[in-house]
This record gives sequence, structure tokens and C-alpha cells, in this order.
Amino acid sequence: MAVADQPTRMFGQAIKRREDPRLITGKGNYIDDIKLPGMLHAAVVRSPYAHAKINSIDTTAASQLPGVVAVFTGADIAQEQNPLPCAWAAGGVQNNVNTPRALAVDTVHYIGEGVALVVAESPYIAYDAMELVEVDYEPLDVVVDAEEATREGAPQLHENAPNNIVMHWTCGNQEAATQAIDSAEVVVRQRIRNQRLIATPMETRGYVARYDAATGEYTEWMSSQAPHVHRLLLAAFVLGIPENKLRCIAPDVGGGFGAKIFVYAEMAALLYAAKHTGYPVKWIESRRENCQATAQGRDHITDLEVAGTRDGKITGLRVHTYANLGGYLSTIAPGIPTTLYGRMVSGVYKIPSIFVDVKGVYTNTAMVDAYRGAGRPEATYAIERAVDLFADEIGMDPAEVRRRNFIQPEDFPYDNGLGMLPYDSGNYEPTLDRALELIDYQGFRREQEEGRKNGRLLGIGVTSYVEVCGVAPSKWIGLMGEGWGAGLWESANVKVHLTGKVNVTTGSLPHGQGHETTFAQLVADELGVPYEDVVVEHGDTQGTPFGYGTYGSRSAAVGGTAIYKSVSKIKEKARKLAAHMLEAAEEDIVFENGKAYVRGAPEASKTIQEIALQASVAYDLPQGMEPFLDETTYYDPPNCTFPFGTHICTVEIDPETGKVNVLRYVAVDDVGNVINPLIVDGQIHGGIAQGLAQALYEGVVYDENGQLLTGSLMDYSIPRADMVPHYELDRTVTPSPVNPMGVKGAGEAGTIASGATVSNAVIDALSHLGIRHLDMPYTGEKVWRAIHQQ
Amino acid sequence: MEISVTVNGKTYRHNVPPRLLLVHYLREQLNLTGAHVGCDTSQCGACVVDVNAQSVKSCTMLAVQADGAQVTTIEGLATNGAYHPMQESFWEMHGLQCGFCTPGMIMSATALLQRNSNPTDAEIRHALEGNLCRCTGYENIVKAVRHAAQQGRAGSNGSMHQGAKPEVPESAEELEHPRRDDGVPEKPETVGDWEGENAGVDETTPMGQGGM
Repeated sequence: MAVADQPTRMFGQAIKRREDPRLITGKGNYIDDIKLPGMLHAAVVRSPYAHAKINSIDTTAASQLPGVVAVFTGADIAQEQNPLPCAWAAGGVQNNVNTPRALAVDTVHYIGEGVALVVAESPYIAYDAMELVEVDYEPLDVVVDAEEATREGAPQLHENAPNNIVMHWTCGNQEAATQAIDSAEVVVRQRIRNQRLIATPMETRGYVARYDAATGEYTEWMSSQAPHVHRLLLAAFVLGIPENKLRCIAPDVGGGFGAKIFVYAEMAALLYAAKHTGYPVKWIESRRENCQATAQGRDHITDLEVAGTRDGKITGLRVHTYANLGGYLSTIAPGIPTTLYGRMVSGVYKIPSIFVDVKGVYTNTAMVDAYRGAGRPEATYAIERAVDLFADEIGMDPAEVRRRNFIQPEDFPYDNGLGMLPYDSGNYEPTLDRALELIDYQGFRREQEEGRKNGRLLGIGVTSYVEVCGVAPSKWIGLMGEGWGAGLWESANVKVHLTGKVNVTTGSLPHGQGHETTFAQLVADELGVPYEDVVVEHGDTQGTPFGYGTYGSRSAAVGGTAIYKSVSKIKEKARKLAAHMLEAAEEDIVFENGKAYVRGAPEASKTIQEIALQASVAYDLPQGMEPFLDETTYYDPPNCTFPFGTHICTVEIDPETGKVNVLRYVAVDDVGNVINPLIVDGQIHGGIAQGLAQALYEGVVYDENGQLLTGSLMDYSIPRADMVPHYELDRTVTPSPVNPMGVKGAGEAGTIASGATVSNAVIDALSHLGIRHLDMPYTGEKVWRAIHQQ
Repeated sequence: MEISVTVNGKTYRHNVPPRLLLVHYLREQLNLTGAHVGCDTSQCGACVVDVNAQSVKSCTMLAVQADGAQVTTIEGLATNGAYHPMQESFWEMHGLQCGFCTPGMIMSATALLQRNSNPTDAEIRHALEGNLCRCTGYENIVKAVRHAAQQGRAGSNGSMHQGAKPEVPESAEELEHPRRDDGVPEKPETVGDWEGENAGVDETTPMGQGGM
């Protein structure tokens, strides 16, 4: 691939981000920084019960508090708005879709579900008034565990979902997997839990809505990963208005990690409030609300069965999973434990017979949807625990078992038999070899053996992973995604102005990933203009072409390719115009490094700036050519991309306290060609921290009444700087054949690998004590109890 | 209540409700929106500013407690258009992604280097335990602080107070009742009050903390 082969170009350079000057000086423009004249402030009254009927809501006292402008209930808003849509009703969800409304109308299904909206002249007054809203609830029986919810006699959340089943979905070959397991030399069975997590972007959600009564047009500023999608879903499904009557704008977004992909009740409630008060209305989520009411991640209970031979070949895999989806379906919830989990559960291994069975379940908990990795960390955790359990059973080194089962380079494109698209490319063994070398695997094994003699608990964990990103070909997601409500292409417009300066607009939406920098690098190279001359714009549905947003590690592979193709179209037009300017035949014109010239005569060239000027003033254009260099691309990828890698970490456990100390963490990832290594490494670092935090610290806890016990950052333990190790990174480069840049995606790889890696290390440290498995998070107490069999 | 506060070298006098948090005073009244609110419980540190040369979570302090204080926010760190070395280092080392925690992180890191100009990585991590970042995994934040420390030892001016030796309050008591003799001009440059721009908000309206 040409661009990556030329290290002097911007592509591949670790340049500093152009986003940073505003962010390091406090001049960022986040949602709470937006102030509009006359703006009011909203607060949401939320249910203290996990399951209850609403008998009545009395808003009188709240309405009478000075400074309160309005108090709205679910019944008010339901007269004008529909429930939120579920945009990915995968796995046979058809007749039992239950989605939230802007505010609950007659029943609440989880702690923190909104029941009333107070609008006041200041947020302080809105919070005061919230206390004065009187809601008469009639508590109902509660179920929070997904498996329990499916049992006879369990409390029922929704009439149309018997036994609380959202969907029962399978993939693979049941007969073949059963036969493989029944006839195997070795079968290992284990129940594992992938606990529920809160995404916890440092900026909570927040929205500012405005309504123009004269034109009937709404504007909503939103902390969002996908403003175009939010506009579409809110307009077409919730409000029943044309898209062109709603403009959505994402300003600087303070992190998302998946949680800001979804359309939320408060988005809809605020549009209603803006219309009915006649003033702009702002709502900024508190952290407590974020813990209660922003969509969460993971929450699987999985029964694993892995079959194989004594010489280390895995021959069969059967997986049964309960996926807890919460009290309602969030925007794309059913797609996560099906297509993004079930179809990826065989990982990097060539396993002949696989069967996956997933039950999605309603419970009285917050909604669960995509969170960094979205299905793939769960899949990686399942298969990588399975491989370690199998290795332990047959007494073989776990790294060796991985090596013996890898899909081989000649197998690509590889069909895993689970309805996933063929893995585009891969070469797994070099990542394993390099990671083993970096961590000095044999050396650590010797140290571990010695240490054990002295009572030290040392462990090493290996994970080799593959993920699917750059989602996705629209045709495939339409067929195999089972109910995905739209396409998954991405768009870009590139304009070269009269002065030669360039504007790029993209439908993707950065929230920390540095698109303004990397996309400018890409355009500068391809168009041959100075990097400084390229400005990348995003986030406003008025002025950017429709795009599906940033998630699933798709921005470079899909959004970046749309830009690349727009630049290619510009170059093509520039070549035509240059031919006219140089009075040469078009086929003789070469466009290279920002200049067009007749092949073999580069001294008489026209620069892109000269060509742009000519195209813009339009005094002298070839017959039939439109003025201006301005091209748009809607790019639908032919396949997804499949990054992979191997992570290894070493741990030491304090036998007295059970505390796990991560000694070293090594990651060797292959994300294809890298546009900006500084940014990619940063993505890997942050990704590792989130998976490692799942393994060691984080976990949502609901009590049996559905009360959230981890409702603040005092109780929900995202890691501090002194709770994570230094990360040692390396990479191999296997360019993706799917797109012209050979890029794959790097946003989720770290998280997909690190939870399983740390888990395997912790279990390895305890394996000589007869411990085969423990569920995350490995808190001191849990590990101490395991060591002391308490 | 009337307060007089010097923020980034400029003195303001305002009439504020007693329950108004310092962070909201800075963000809403002074339009200094660099300090962010990321939690309700003083865990995240996105709101850290410097009050009388001490790092303070401005969501945990009332505006009235800042009466007479010298406050430096992220907006006041750069001088004469030149970034503070800590800002430069965060940029250079990619110590930020979404940037939401960054102002607080930079303020805390700057305060660390004033206490300890040559911290170890462990000391850096320990010193930043009151600042949460969800994007970076802290790797490049630690690198940035280390880099800033090296720059500082190489001769750059890493002081937050541009040559003036910061006067560190000796006790919480002193922070609670800051000295009034620290250069408050007799005629404040800006005079306004909280109610002026915010109809309906006045001292007679109770403004409890309300989880904000």
C-alpha cells in the first residue's frame, strides 16, 4: 500500500494533536459550556423503586416553587411522543420490543427511570423542586439476575415477553458441536460470569434543546457519539417529524465508550420541554444519574463446554449465555450479545464444531448496550478462559495450546462458521511470539516455580484475540444483523477552496480519538497540500453529510476511507482540469504530491492550489465541467476489518490480603497500517486500562430489591493512576485488504484483550492451589476467600 | 453574600448565594468553563483549581469560602500567550484524549511539581489519585508529568505563580478564612452580582447543594 510505504509522509507520523491547544487551556466547548439566552435548566425526578406501578404524580408543590417554570410527567409527553425506537432488533425480537419513553407513564422497570421533568430558572432551583414532586408508587416484585428472570414464577416485566425472554438466538452447528463434545477425549465445562460495567466517561451525558415556534424547527446540542443517528431516530420515530425539522449538534464530547451512541429518554424529554416552555432547556446528567440511567455494558452468565484431544487440539465448543439487557431495550442492545458476541466466540482458533445459544433477558436493572468492545470482550473472555481451562486439564502450556489451534495465515479470508463475515486477514503467531519474548515467558515460568516453593503467588496470563471492527457492509448487517434498522456506510465531503485551503466534513464523531488530526494527515498526504491547510469538521447535522457515527473502531476504516475516496475524486477532477490548463491529453497527466504534470515533464506543472483557483473562478473550464473542487462520498465497506494480537501480563498476589499486583503488562497488537502512532498507542493504553479495571476493580452491584449499590464514584471503582501498571506496547503490521489505506481500527482492541489477560494471570497464580476459575473482579476479598477456601 | 475574589490576577466582587459552589461561580458567573464537573462526590478532580496556592476541588468549596482568595484556574496557567510547561508536556506526550479531565489533571500535576520537582513515577501516580481519567489509562499522563519535571530541571519556569513564592496556607482553618491582605484592589475591575444575569436566582431562594 503506497501511503504506508513512504515514511516521510504525514501518514504514519506521530504528530501532536491539533485538538489539544483548546483542551489544555480550558477552552474546550463541552455540552455544559453551552449557554443560550433565556436558557432554562431541567432536572429529572427518578424512580427509587426498581419495579413499581405509578399510581399518581402530584406536581403542585414543585410547580409553585419560585423559579420553577414547568413540571412535566410521562403522561404529558406521551400525548405527543412515541417511545424510543430499538434500532437493532436482532435475534428474533419482533413482538416483544419494549423501549422506554421520555418519562415513564404507568410502570417503572429499574431504579433511576425518569418519571417527571422539572424545568426551572437555575439548576439549583430545579433540584430543589425535584424534592417537591410527589409520586405514589406501588412496588412490584423485582428480579435482577438474568437466569432467575427466565424461571417459572419470576416477576414479569412486560406482558409481551413471557419469562422475560427478549430473544433466544443461536448460531453455529448444534448437531456437530454435540457430536464433537460427546465423542471427545477431553471435555471441560465451566460457568463464567462477565459482570456488568458502567462506561463512566468523565463527562456525563447532557443535552440543550431549543425550539423555534415560527419555523417548527428543533435544535439539540448533545454529548453524543452519533448525532446524525440521533436526529434520525428522534425525528422519525419519537417525534414523528421530518429529519429536516431537527438539527443535532455534538460539541466537544468528554468521552463516550459506547454509552453515548444511544438515543436516550432525556433527549426526547428536553425537546418536549423546549417546545412547551418556549425557552431553550439544558439538562446535565449528574454522576449518580449516570450510574443509574445511562446504558451499561456486559452482564453475561455463560456456560462453556470445550472439547479437544490430549495433544492440544480443540475440536468443539458449546456456549450457552444469558445476556441481561435490563428493564427495556436500549437502541442497539439485542445486536451486542448476538452478532458482536456469538459470531465471534471462536476467537483466533480454528475450531471445527461450534454452537452458540444466547438468551437475551429483561430484568429490573438499567439497560445494557454496547460498551467499549461490545460483545467482543465477552467473547474473548469466554474463549480465552476456555483455552486456559482446557490447557490446564490436559497439562499443556497455555501458550502452546494457543499456537496449536491458531487459524493459519493461508486460511484467510477465514470463515469461522458462525455467520460472521470472513476474517479479512491475519497472522497470529508472530504476535504471540513477540509477546512471549517481551515478557520473557520462560524466565517468568522459572521464577514462578521457584517462587511457589517460597509461598509466592505468581501468575502469567496470555490472551490472543481477534475482533471485528470497521462495521460494516450494509448488505451484510441487513441480512445477518437481523433487524439492524439502517445501513452502516460512512460519508465525507472534501472541498478545496479558491485559496487552496481544504475543508473536510465527516459523518463520524470524535470524542477523544483525534479525528481532526488523523483525517487532516490523511488528506494532506493524498492531496499534497500542507497539513495546516486542512480543517476537519464534524458533529453538526447541518453541514456534515449523514454518517452513522463513531463506535466499533470504525472511524478510520470506514469514515477515513470515505475521505480518501472523496480526495481521489478531487484528484481525478484536478487531473482533467490540469490537462485543459496544460493543453495535454488527460491520460498523459500525472497527479502527484499536490502537482499535476504531463508524464515525463514535471517541470511544467500545475499545483493543486492553482487548479483550485481555476476551478473556482471558472473562467476557463473544459467543456461540461462544473466549477469548484467539491466531492462527497458515501462509502459502504465490502467487509469489516479484523485486528488481532496477543497480550500477556504477570501478577503477584499477596497471600495475606488477596490483593492482586500487576507486575508487567505487554501488548502486541496488529491494527493494520497506523496513521498516527501517538494516537493509536493512546487508544491501546486506555483500552487496556478499561479491561484491566473490569478484571480487578469494577462491577455494578444491585441488591435483591434492584437497589443500585454502586451508584457513585465512591462505590463504583474506576481506576486511579496508582491502580494501573505501565503498559509495554509493540505491534505487527498486517494491512487490511478491505480498504485502500490498509487500516483496521484500534479503539477497542485493548479492552477486548485485557480483561481476559489479567483473568488468566490471576487464575494461573492460584492454579497450584486447585483453583480453576474465579469470576471478575478479583478483589482482595474474593481472592483471599478463594485462597483460604472461605 | 458579597465576596471579593481574585481569579487569574483579576479581582471580582459579586453578590452570591451562600450555597453556590465555587466551581459554579467560576463557570457560570465568570465564564471560566475550564474547570469541569465530572462527579457529585469529589472523586474525579476535573474541577481542580488553585486557591491560595493549594489545589482545591472547586466542587467541594463554596464560593463564599473563596472570599478574599487568590484563585488560579486552567485559563490562568498560560502567560503572555505561552503555554505553561505542564500544558506543553500534556500536548507533547499525548496526555489527553477527550480532554474533559485535563484541566484538573494539569492543575494537580502542576501543584505536584511545586512540592516535588523530581517525582518518581510512583509519586506521580500517587499525587494524581484525586484526578480520574477514563481515556488514557494514565500512561501518557505520567509520561507528561515526568517530561514537565525534566523540562523544569532543564531551566523552564514551571511555577504557577510566575516567580512569586506561593504562600501555602498552613491549615484548613486558614484556607477556610483566607487572608484579606493579599493584594485585592480597592476598586474591583468587574462588579456584578449573581442575580443580575440569572432571573429568579437571588439570596432569598434557597440554593442547596442538590446533588449538583
